[in-house]
Parts: sequence; C-alpha cells; structure tokens
Amino acid sequence: MKLWKSALAGFAMLSATTAAHADSDTIKVGILHSLSGTMAISETTLKDDMLMLIKQQNEKGGLLGKKLEPVVVDPASNWPLFAEKMRQLLSQEKVAAVFGCWTSVSRKSVLPVVEELDGLLFYPVQYEGEESSRNVFYTGAAPNQQAIPAVDYLMEQEGVERWVLEGTDYVYPRTTNKILEAYLKSKGVKDEDIMINYTPFGFSDWQTEVSKIKTFGSAGKKTAVVSTINGDANVPFYKELANQGIKAEDIPVVAFSVGEEELAGIDTKPLVGHLAAWNYFQSVDTPANETFIKEWHDYTGNEKRVTNDPMEATYIGFNMWVKAVEKASTTDPDKVIAALPGTEVPNLTGGTAKMLPNHHITKPVLIGEVQDDGQFDVVWETDDLVAGDAWSDYLPGSKDLISDWTGGETGGTPCGNYDTKTEKCLGLKAMH
Amino acid sequence: MKPMRATIRSVLTAIALCLALATPLHTSAAQETVPDGPTTAPTSAAETHDLAGLVSRLPKASYNEKSELAGAIAETGNPRVELILSSFSAGRLQATKEGRVVIALKDDGPYEDALTGDKLGMMEGIRLKKVRVNNRLRGELHGLVARLALSSPDASIRRHAARETFDAADPDSLPSIEKALSRETESDIAETLRQARAAIILKNGVVDEEGQLAAIETLRDRGDLEALNALLGLDKSDNLVLRESAASAVRSIKRTLEYWDVAQNVYYGLSLGSVLLLAAIGLAITFGVMGVINMAHGEMIMLGAYTTYVVQQVLLAVAPSLMSVSLIISIPAAFIVAGGAGILIERTIIRFLYGRPLETLLATWGLSLILQQAVRTIFGPTNKPVVAPDWMSGAFQLGQLTITSSRIWIIVFSMIVLAVLMAFLKYTHFGTQTRAVTQNRKMAASMGVRTNLVDALTFGLGSGVAGIAGVALSQIDNVSPNLGQSYIIDSFMVVVFGGVGNLWGTLVGAMTLGVANKLLEPFAGAVVGKIVVLIFIILFIQRRPRGLFALKGRFVDA
Amino acid sequence: MIFHRLKHISWDLALGVYVTLLVLAIAVPFFNLVVPEGSAFHLSTYMVTLLGKYMCYALLALALDLVWGYCGILSLGHGAFFALGGYAMGMYLMRMIGPRGVYGDPVLPDFMVFLNWKELPWYWLGFDIFPFAMLMVVLVPGILAFAFGYLAFRSRVTGVYFSIITQALTFALLLAFFRNDMGFGGNNGLTDFKDILGFDIQSDATRSGLFIVTIAALAAGFAICRAIVGSKLGKVLLAVRDAESRTRFLGYRTDRYKLFVWVVSACLAGVAGALYVPQVGIINPSEFAPANSIEAVVWVAVGGRGTLAGAILGGVLVNIFKTWFTGALPEFWLFALGALFVLVTLLLPRGIIGTALHYREKHLEKKASEDNAFDEIAPEQPHDEAQEELERAGA
Repeated sequence: MKLWKSALAGFAMLSATTAAHADSDTIKVGILHSLSGTMAISETTLKDDMLMLIKQQNEKGGLLGKKLEPVVVDPASNWPLFAEKMRQLLSQEKVAAVFGCWTSVSRKSVLPVVEELDGLLFYPVQYEGEESSRNVFYTGAAPNQQAIPAVDYLMEQEGVERWVLEGTDYVYPRTTNKILEAYLKSKGVKDEDIMINYTPFGFSDWQTEVSKIKTFGSAGKKTAVVSTINGDANVPFYKELANQGIKAEDIPVVAFSVGEEELAGIDTKPLVGHLAAWNYFQSVDTPANETFIKEWHDYTGNEKRVTNDPMEATYIGFNMWVKAVEKASTTDPDKVIAALPGTEVPNLTGGTAKMLPNHHITKPVLIGEVQDDGQFDVVWETDDLVAGDAWSDYLPGSKDLISDWTGGETGGTPCGNYDTKTEKCLGLKAMH
Repeated sequence: MKPMRATIRSVLTAIALCLALATPLHTSAAQETVPDGPTTAPTSAAETHDLAGLVSRLPKASYNEKSELAGAIAETGNPRVELILSSFSAGRLQATKEGRVVIALKDDGPYEDALTGDKLGMMEGIRLKKVRVNNRLRGELHGLVARLALSSPDASIRRHAARETFDAADPDSLPSIEKALSRETESDIAETLRQARAAIILKNGVVDEEGQLAAIETLRDRGDLEALNALLGLDKSDNLVLRESAASAVRSIKRTLEYWDVAQNVYYGLSLGSVLLLAAIGLAITFGVMGVINMAHGEMIMLGAYTTYVVQQVLLAVAPSLMSVSLIISIPAAFIVAGGAGILIERTIIRFLYGRPLETLLATWGLSLILQQAVRTIFGPTNKPVVAPDWMSGAFQLGQLTITSSRIWIIVFSMIVLAVLMAFLKYTHFGTQTRAVTQNRKMAASMGVRTNLVDALTFGLGSGVAGIAGVALSQIDNVSPNLGQSYIIDSFMVVVFGGVGNLWGTLVGAMTLGVANKLLEPFAGAVVGKIVVLIFIILFIQRRPRGLFALKGRFVDA
Repeated sequence: MIFHRLKHISWDLALGVYVTLLVLAIAVPFFNLVVPEGSAFHLSTYMVTLLGKYMCYALLALALDLVWGYCGILSLGHGAFFALGGYAMGMYLMRMIGPRGVYGDPVLPDFMVFLNWKELPWYWLGFDIFPFAMLMVVLVPGILAFAFGYLAFRSRVTGVYFSIITQALTFALLLAFFRNDMGFGGNNGLTDFKDILGFDIQSDATRSGLFIVTIAALAAGFAICRAIVGSKLGKVLLAVRDAESRTRFLGYRTDRYKLFVWVVSACLAGVAGALYVPQVGIINPSEFAPANSIEAVVWVAVGGRGTLAGAILGGVLVNIFKTWFTGALPEFWLFALGALFVLVTLLLPRGIIGTALHYREKHLEKKASEDNAFDEIAPEQPHDEAQEELERAGA
C-alpha cells in the first residue's frame, strides 16, 4: 500500500513540476522534435537550429519586449507520444507556438490535438500534401515544389523517357508517386515506361531491387530513378547502386529525402552525379546563406556540421512567426494565424518566402548533383518561386479541392478543403 | 532552328571575344581566330585549332553549348585535350574570377593551368569556381575521352575505353573505332569495339541494311542487357526485315537472360545467406553452445562495425597508406573489442543468470539498450561513413551474372569464419572443452574442466565473432547505433531454424532462408517475401521444435 | 501450504488494488471536471489521458503476468494482441468519422481516398457497428492466440523457443501492417478520430468517461485473473510452470491448460489496446514493434511476476518513470531503462511486490517457528522455471 501512495505522490509531483512555470515575462516557444529513437538522427539538428534562432532573437532584444523561452520536449520517435507531448506543450506549458515534427505520422498524430487546443504548429519538412489545417503552417515543400520540377528537369535536360518510382512504403512516397504517375501520364509517358516499387523501412538488401532497376533501364530508352526512399535505407541503396556499376550517367537517381545530413554517412565518391531536389542547399552562394552557415558553425562549435533544407524551412517559419507576432502585437494564436498569410521574409537562397492563404509558402526549386565532398552542386533551378499547393491537381480525390484560410477564394468562409465543383467546404467544418 | 542557332553562336563568339580581350594572356590568339561576322561556327577550321578560345568559353556556357565546345575541343588534337576533358568530367576543371581556367590535380590542389600546364601551386586565397557538368555532359565527355584513349599503348586503358565507347554509342566515334579496330591486337578489345560499332550503327542507321543485319548478329552474340538495350531501339524501325531480325535477337537474348536471372537470384540469396550466417554464427555459439539468450548480440555486431570506423579514422590520421588494408586490420581489432566486451558482460551479468534463460534475455536486452545509447552518445546519432577499399568495390561479369565484389568477399569471408570456427571447436583443446561443457556440464566439471573459464571464453568467442561480422556488415549497411537491432531477429530465426548447438545447422539455415527470401522477392515483393519466410519458420518450429539439425541425446529433454 | 499462505497474503493486496482503482475512478474525473481550471487542485486533461494510458499499460502487464508469472510462458509478442485490439477499435472510430473526413467521403477513410481506393475492403465491413467492433476487439486477438497457441503447445514448443517465435509473430505483423496495400493506413495508421458512441472524443467528459471504463476494465481483468489463479486450474498452471513434464506424467493435458490462459491473456491484451487507442488518439504499426513487447515484460518483472498486483504496479511505475525521464533527461532515458532491466533481473528477481511478499512470508515463518519450534517447515522453493530449466539441462 505504501508503494501505491508513493506512486500517487509521484503523480502529484509530476503535475506540480509541469504546471509550475507560469512566468509571464517570457514568451514560451515549444520545440517538438525527437531527441532519441530512430528519428533522432534527423530531428536533433532542427532542435539545435531552433535553439540557435531563439538565442539570436533574444540577442536582438526578444519579441514584443519579452524574452523568448524555448521549451524542449522529447517525443522519442514514438507517435502517440507526439500527441501527448503536444498536449503538454499547449495545455501545461502554454507555449505561444510549436515548431516541430518530421515524419508524416507524427504530424497526423498531433494534428487533432493542435486543432482541439487551438494551437499553432510550424512544420518544416517536405511532405505529401493533401492536408490543410487552420492551425498548421507548412514551411517545407509540397509535392509541386519538389517532385514535379525534378521530373521536369530530368525530362527536359537529361532526356529521360523511362521512369522508376522507388520508395519506402509509407504515405509520403505513396502519395508522391501517385501524383508523379498521373503527371507523367499527362505528359504522354506510357504505362510500360513507369515502374513503381515499394520497400519496407530500413530495407538493407537491395540486390534484387537494384538489378530490377538495371533490367528496366535496358529497354533502349534513357531511364531515371525517382527515389522517395527514406532515411536509413538510402545508404545500402546507394552502396548497391555503386557496386552493381550503375553510374549517374546511365541511370541517374533523383532523391527527395537525401540531403547534406544523410550524405554525411556515406562515402560519396561513387555517387557523384546522382541528384536531389530541394529548395535549399548548403552550397548555395548567397550572403544570407553564408551568414547562416557561419552562425550555425559558431553556435554548434563544429565546423563540420552541415546545414540542410528542413533547417532553412525552420528558419523561414521562425522568422515568419516573429514577423506575424510583431504585426499582430500579440502572441495569441488566433490573431497570429490571421496575421500570417501574406507575411514575407527573405529565404537563404536569395529570394523571398511568402506565406500563402493555404498556409504553404513560396519556394524556389533547386536540383543539385552529389559532389564527392558530400555537398550538392546546383545544376538547375526554377526561374520563379513556386507556390505550394496543398491539394494536388493530379489526384482524382483532390484535384477540385483548394484551401484558403482567408476566405478569399472560398466564398468568404475560411476553409482548408473547399470543393470548387460543389462550392462547399468539405469535412468537419461543413458540419458546423 | 538553324538561324536561331547561328545567332546564339554569334552571340557566343562575341562573348568569347570580350573574354579573350579581357584576358591579356591570350589576347593575340583570340583576336586572330575570331573573325567577325555571324557565319562563324565552332567547327570552322580557324577556331577548332584554337584550344584557348574554346576552353575560355567553357565556364560561362550553358550545358548545350558546353557539349558543343567539348566536341570541338576534342577535335583540336592538342595533346592536352585528354587531360582537359577528363578533368572536366571529374569536376576538376575550375575557373578564376578573371576567367583563367585551371585544373585541380587533386581535390584541393595543387593546380595547373589548363592550357599551358604551368604549375600554379595551391592557389590559396584565390576563389575558384568549378566548371559545372551534369550527367548528360559527363556521359558525353567520357565518350570523348574514351575515343582519344582508344589509341593508348596500354591495353587496359584501351579495354576500358572500348567499353566506354560502347556505352556512349556516339556516332562521331565511328571513325576512331574503325581506326582502332584496324590495329587492335587483343581479341577481346577488338570484340568490344566491333560491338560498339554495331551499337552505333543500329542507333544511327549509318550503313546499309546488310551492315545493320550484321550488327544485329554481333549484338545477339553479346547477349547481355546492354545489347538488349541497343536492339530494342529498333522495334520502331520502318524496315520490316531489320525489325524482324532485331525482334528475334531480342527474344533469344531474353530467353537466355531468364535462366541467368534464376542463377542471379540464387547468387543474391547466397549473398544474403552469408550475411545472415555472419550475423548468426556468433549467436549460434552463445545460444547454441551455452544456452544463453544474448539479446545484445546485435550490439556486438555494431561494436565491430564502429571499430572498423575508428580503425579507418586512426589510419587516415596516422598512416593513410594503410587504408587499403584497413578492413584486414579491423578484423582482429573488432574481434578483440567485441570479444572483450563479451567477456566483461559474461563475468558481470550473465554468470549470475545461468540456468535462467528467460532472465538472461531480459538482462541482455537492457544491456543492448545501454550499448546503443552509449554509442549514440559517443559517436552521435548519425551514420558513420566506412570507406570501401578498391578491391571491394565494383562488380565483374561471370557470363551474364553480375558478381559484386563486396558481396563475393562477404561470401568468401563468411565461409572462412565458419571453417576456422569449426576447426577451432574440433581440433583445439579449448574447443574440446567447450563441446564437453555443452554436452554435459556436470560430467565435464567432474573431469576437471573449469566450466567457469570455459563459459567466459566461449561467450567472448561468440561475441568476438559477432564483432568480425560487424566489419563485414559495415561494407553493405549503415554504421549507426541501430545497426545491431536490424539483425537480431533474423539471427535468432537462423539459429532456431537451423537447430541449436550445431554450426552446420546454422550454415544450412542461413543459406536456406537467404535463398528462399531472394527467390520469393521478385514476384512477391520484399515485404511479403519476408513475411512468408517468417510464417514458414513459425510453422516449421511446430513440426521440428528443435530446428533442422537437432542435437540428439538425453540432455535435450523436450 | 505455500499456496494457502499466498492466497491469504494476496487478499489484502487485492483489496488494496480494488480500493486504489476505485479512488482513482472517482477522484480523477472529480478533480478534472468539477474542480475549476484555475484551482490548484485542478487535474488537467493532459493528466487524465496520461493516467488513462498508464491504466491501459497496466492491463497489458496484467495479461502478460497471467501467462508468464503463473504458467511460465514468456511472450515476447503480447504487443501484437494489444495492437490488434487497438486496430479493431481504431477501425470503429474511423468509420464513425463518416463524411467529416477531409475529402468528405461518407464511407472511405481519408487514406483510402487519396490512394484511389474505390470501395471499402471486406474486412472493414461491420466495424461501424459498435457491438461488432467490440466483439472483434476480443475475438481477433483471441483467434490468433488460439491458432498460434494450439499449434505451439501441441507440438510442445516451450521456453526460449516459444518466446522467439512469438517475437517472429509480432515482427511479421509489424511488416504486414506497414504495407499500405493491407488497407490499414500503413505507417500513418489510423488517426483523427472524431467521436465514440456519439460522444465527442475530444471533450473532457468523454475522456473522463473513457478513464472510468479503463479502470473498470482493469478491475475486471484483475478479478478474472485472480479467479483463474485461485481456482484448481490455477494450481495446475503453477504445476505446469514449475515442472511441465511431471504434470503431464500425472495425467494432465498441459497443452489445454496453457492454451486456455494463453487465449484469455491475449483477449485481455486486446481490450487494453482497444481502450488505449481512443485515449492517445492514434494507432500505428509501431505498436507491433518487438521492442514494445519486451518493454512490457520488464514492467511485469519490475512489479513482481506471479503476483498480478505487481504487474499493475510495474506497468504504472515504469511508465511514470518514463514520462518523467523522457521529459527531464531525454538523452539518458535508454541508459535508465537498460539499467532497470539489468538490475531488476540481477538484484530483484522477484520484483517489488514479490520481494515484499517474500520478506513478509519469511517474517511469518520465523514467527511461526518461534511460536512452535517443533513444527516442520517446508524448505524454501524457488518457484521459477530456473529449477526446471536446470533439471532439463542436466546441469
């Protein structure tokens, strides 16, 4: 019985410690990135990035005359835990905004909580689209800001006619490949010239898959691989490509999930020439980027730490939030949400990122080639900024949907999934 | 299109002129060779011989222009062309702000002038920009370099060049190929050249029907995927005879390839099997021989892989010349590190838990978490790059089988490890004692065997072998804190399926599961294939609860 | 004699469990719903869901203790039954979304719409009916456990071998559920639930309601387990645990006894999973991960296996520890968990409650022997499978 009492005492302490901070002199900012488990490898960097940005903002005098206070929690790569920690941040810590999540499933897990508690989430990673929430701002790329320009590049610049869509079996590759398939077909590519293939997470024995790609690529037409392979499976994939002698000149691979950070774990010599499509590369030569990289190296005390696309997206998201808070003169999420669309901040590649009414942003699209030093060399970029599209025009379920949280194009009522055919706002919002 | 191109060229010429003017060094040459007027094309005689003018235009040209410039550079016949073009394709052609083009002899220098070959030292403090290449251009450059290399006196360079010309299938190479063919003495190089000629002929239809039919025959005899690739281009040909002939060649190649395909899958299976064998063999000793469920076994593999990484880093800093043998040095190092860790674990934890296998399982699982996090804390959560030595990268053809060097080495290596281990257990004094303890602990103890010592050393041996496996796996998988986790379940399946306490069982088990997996994969997919194999194991255990090769005797009372 | 004494000791323990659960069932909703939000005594909704989650884990630990503590079957795949129950509940909740999904499709869940599924797969039919879904929560894990256990126990797969194939089972299910073609939402799983039986799943009242239901399920599960281990059947189970061969030689069909508790335990785990899903708001294949199942085993080990109350205590304690640790010292969480595994097996093999009971028993014995020095005292019996395993190994 004593033990039960001590357990209950433990609870009391737990709730006391989490509820105790209520310092009104600071503005709390939640950081929800996994620091342990399988996703720590990617997300830890973003946590450091956020801490650096907050520190810099505080050195500039804070926000609205108050200091920013980061609240870091660890959802440990565990999806239910993401929802739990999000609830903790919003209802216990009362943070003004949350920056976080990486995987789609973690975002899906926190989404109901953010909406229920009317919070504010900035999501900094490229994703599959097909989502628009009043409370979420997507500063990573939607498929039309990454996948489609990459395919355009391969078609136009490298004369590719035959396509392998190779992905890890989860929602981002599935959706991206569905969109690409429809897009390629609309460009006149035939069924037999598209091969779609999925492998599980952490897949390590690529022999059969790579030889399948090799065979598929031997049909008298220039072939390319569009890779949505996730994280850990990439290293053995590229190793096998190199081993089986597939060079970038023969069958180039364009990846959407391989950045500077991922390349740091690979001997990149055999990969030179393979491609990646992002909205930012560390190698981009602009003064803003140079400063950012220098600050990052100073902050981490490590000259070798690389920067990557989600870091830039975090940078943009944070600056947009700061600007919107200043505009609204309050951190109240409702007011900030209203102030955000239309906000413009400079990005690191020499352009301007603008928050759109659908809560996505404008981005340039860059195609980079892997270099032997683990960096990317930009070989192509879009002439203009591309506006992020929440609902793909190439999927039958969503081609009629648009999102506009200012209500401008949705008949006056803000709506995340407005059916332009029936002129109705679908889903939950329609029921109210 | 034509007038448009001419305009572009004239604009370019003008740009080149400006550039040339801006570069005092080449002023006179450029002025001589750039006549005014819009009719000038890069192929005109005056310009083709001016390497300087062409090279100086490279940094600012678009990819299409670069491609034309590269062709023109190759035409000049200047002795520096080969170096310029190969540096260009390797991304070592760089330009200063003033437009001087230099070549980096190694990644970060020293540099030399692209045109004159003047040594420029490290060029510190000067900002250099790489002359960009993309894949298409790189492919073309390889073709150009290969064309030049066809006349090399070194047979291995010619052999490589012949293959490159086949891959590039550039019609402009045809005269060089003909010339090379006429004086080639090595029969295999000549054969490749003939095939390259055939591929070019088919692709571009540069000769009459008879010549094309002969080309189809040449490629049919080559009979591999590349030949198929070249032949399939003909399926839209207007010439019925050609189309028929090509189709029949395609059918014949495809038929043969199907058989090779099965063989290829078996090879993949054996390769996967050898990976499983390596991963499981240490477990077969600790689990099979000692009855200890070591859930931290995967982490011993991970320790081995990280040891490889550390060894390479140390070598890189201390003795870079030894890098090519870094893996060989890593083998004993990994054995010692993992084996030492194993003995430590046995002495501090496992020896208190003998006879309580399920609790060993829990304790070692906890240990595996600690080891993972420790490695994550020390080395960071990101993957570590382990460099593959040259002798382990690449692939070679055996008939139509692609044998990847790293995989074949792993197969050989796993067999050596198995053989050494078996010999060790069979012929050494310690091996005899180990087997005695396995078969009857009490009896062995009463015969004077120090079972405690044997236990510790056997556990160390099993862990050490796992560490060696880590050296091999670092070549094909991520070196990350999660490395071990991905192998632990597979290793248990192999040991349980093969039968506990029998290394032959482990061998047969690993190879069976590997080959079954790879034969299922092409049509069932990777995931379903694996699920099927798992269900098969679950059902198999029901039939033979002690695995494929069960030890028989009174001590295994079921 | 030992059984008798254990029964005696465990009754006040059981009473403690029931009373604590009752207090929680009343206090938690009271402090959450009745006490106003500004008050220092207000219990936040965050805490309610957190407590609810712990109770689900406690039920899972209880289920595991029934087979491991009382029958010597160490399952490394109980997470599979937990997740299957969770998926059954998740499917019901998905169907309840109806036309409120982002695409407004009245029948198909969102993930099916954007992957171009045209109609609901057959195995999703009926899940819009609550009683059917609840039946499935118990039936699906139950049937899988029956099939698996029938084969395994009949062919006398025991000990470590059994543990390893249960791990293979949950691993195979993990791979299968990750596949998007399976029609369970792949890696994203099932999420964005709206309501349960017409109640808004996000309202505080519903959350408290779910918490009370979870407490009730835990109490019922505890009662069922106690009934089983207290009966004659329970004694046979203990005999199986301590010496299966001997029990078989005595004429008991041990495989049937094992199969019975195995299936009961799987059903309990399924119920735990079903209650877990609406409270955490998501079910995804990572619940099948072998590591989760092994973690559940350590809850039981910490609390004390073969004590039932210990499993509940372990499930709750370890998870409180985890919540605190991942918040305060995330970098060290795995060190702490790992050390817990090692230390508990080495130093506290009986677990917390087991050790407490052991000392109390010793104390009673000592007192008894002092009272009556001539009484014959049964020698200490280490009743784990260690003995059996030693005999088997001929060591």
